Amino acid sequence: MTALTEETPGIDAGETPLRYILADFFASKLAVAGLVALGAIIFIALFAPWISPQNPYDLGALDLLDGRLPPGSAAADGGITYWLGTDDQGRDMLSAIFYGLRTSLIVGALSAGFALVIGTTLGLIAAYIGGRVETLIMRLVDLQLSFPAILVALILLALLGHGVAKIILALVVVQWAYFARTVRASALVERRKEYIEAARCLALSDARIMLHHLLPNCLPPLIVVLTVQVAHAIALEATLSFLGIGLPITEPSLGLLIANGFEYMMSGKYWISLFPGVALLVAIMSINLVGDRLRDVLNPRLQR
Amino acid sequence: MTVFILRRLMQSAVVLVVMSALVFLGVFAIGNPVDILISPQADQAEIARATAALGLDKPLWEQYFVFLANALHGNLGNSFVFNEPSLTLIVQRLPATLELAFSAMVLAVVLGLPLGLYSGLRPQTALSRLIGAGSILGFSLPTFWVGIMLIMVFAVQLGWLPSTGRGATVRVLGVDLSCLTWDGIKHLVLPAINLSLSRIALVIRLAASGTREVVHMDYVKFARAKGLRPSRVILVHVLGNILIPIVTVLGLETGAVIAFSVVTETIFAWPGIGRLIISSIAVLDRPVIVAYLMMTVFLVILINLLVDILYSVLDPRVRYGEARA
Repeated sequence: MTALTEETPGIDAGETPLRYILADFFASKLAVAGLVALGAIIFIALFAPWISPQNPYDLGALDLLDGRLPPGSAAADGGITYWLGTDDQGRDMLSAIFYGLRTSLIVGALSAGFALVIGTTLGLIAAYIGGRVETLIMRLVDLQLSFPAILVALILLALLGHGVAKIILALVVVQWAYFARTVRASALVERRKEYIEAARCLALSDARIMLHHLLPNCLPPLIVVLTVQVAHAIALEATLSFLGIGLPITEPSLGLLIANGFEYMMSGKYWISLFPGVALLVAIMSINLVGDRLRDVLNPRLQR
Repeated sequence: MTVFILRRLMQSAVVLVVMSALVFLGVFAIGNPVDILISPQADQAEIARATAALGLDKPLWEQYFVFLANALHGNLGNSFVFNEPSLTLIVQRLPATLELAFSAMVLAVVLGLPLGLYSGLRPQTALSRLIGAGSILGFSLPTFWVGIMLIMVFAVQLGWLPSTGRGATVRVLGVDLSCLTWDGIKHLVLPAINLSLSRIALVIRLAASGTREVVHMDYVKFARAKGLRPSRVILVHVLGNILIPIVTVLGLETGAVIAFSVVTETIFAWPGIGRLIISSIAVLDRPVIVAYLMMTVFLVILINLLVDILYSVLDPRVRYGEARA
């Protein structure tokens, strides 16, 4: 394959589609800013235990005397400065936010990832096999999509109870259908093209045609949906945790930190709720900015 | 057209039955209501009597049919907490939620459509970029966070608007409405903005991207070439063609708005069904959970049906395609 493209006349080796797309992507300053912010957030999430001033969930390290200190106060024992203040238990908010980002990002990425695998598989099967299988899968997708995400998540969590695994399960149930619908739509178009016919004539196995021929050509819309869904999963998880039916208090995500600070907000102690909220926004915004630009860049209908 | 509507009605009925079975099975899996209803000191005989009285000793499929028959009679059981028919509880609170949802949808169209149309027609201006960035913001901000911010700024800091409850209501045809009194409107503003924000962003994006694609179409160029007034080209040729996806998505969003009012109602203490369901989940009030789910599911299916019919009116290709299939 690669040998062919290199020898094809008229195509400059430096002008690969990928390079086009990247150049197009970096033309938007907003998208680049989003990418930088996203990189910073992923860095924080990955290295939270090493860069946090304090382990926010080691109760021994907390000092109740430091409770609800405004941003910039020094700890009573003179150890560290609480740049973003402390919560009611004397927990350093900066550290709590770092750990919360880690939890939120992990939950968002895992659930969107699982949903991607399940949805893509079902969508490919529906488009490739067709017939009754397709009808069944797409009816399921329609059924799933006709019900609001928060309703489905609410019900599942009411049934299953608290826990990281359970919220990931609920988010996967909410999200798989978006991937299935996206993949099927583009696979239906691709399936009729000559290269699939050629692959069939070579008597390749169905699985091989689906994974090696059909799937790579359905990727652009999938990437866009994936970024949107990761952001969506993070927001939904935060919402559910805020409502008190998401993650348990032992694994606090940003949503729970915000809920925890909500009651103090009325009395002017804004930082307990505000800063986790800002972190949540930056996380969701940066992913959406990147996804939004990718959608424009990868959409052939808008190509200049 | 009649055939199309009949087909859709049949499909909706099937979905409703399937969903009722799923809801029944799902809720059946949450705890045992006897444990909650009966005192821990009760002996085996009393528990058996209570189980029989509630019909929980029958096989699951029989319980489902009893449930279905009762549901068709409008009886979804009494709330364990309020000791009132759960459907009555839902219906009492439904107008508040519907009023909130409807206000949010109106805001979304009134604000979103002109902004989206503008940024689609003039994508390069500074205002369009601002609208675009704003719509990403509207999408990204989680509803609960916006709600907290609105309360923080407008209720706590500025003190302009109240942050909890519905305010004074007026009874119209047996339904209490907030939007007819000044006090009620003041109470409605913040929750309605909160709930509509992501829908405003959605309408802006749909309208903008639709416009950007449609203005390059031949029929728009032709309409311009014919010398039609720009306002007529925009209002008839462009708007008419971008409306189809917007109506569809907005219609489908109505269900989501009703469901998402759970969040807004919790934050603003709005006395609708969303607040009821959150407190019912907390105390495992099974009949209310079932009634809420069935009511919401029914509303969502009804809305989807209406949207489909509207869609086929707006786009004749849909109903002809259906009829041939």
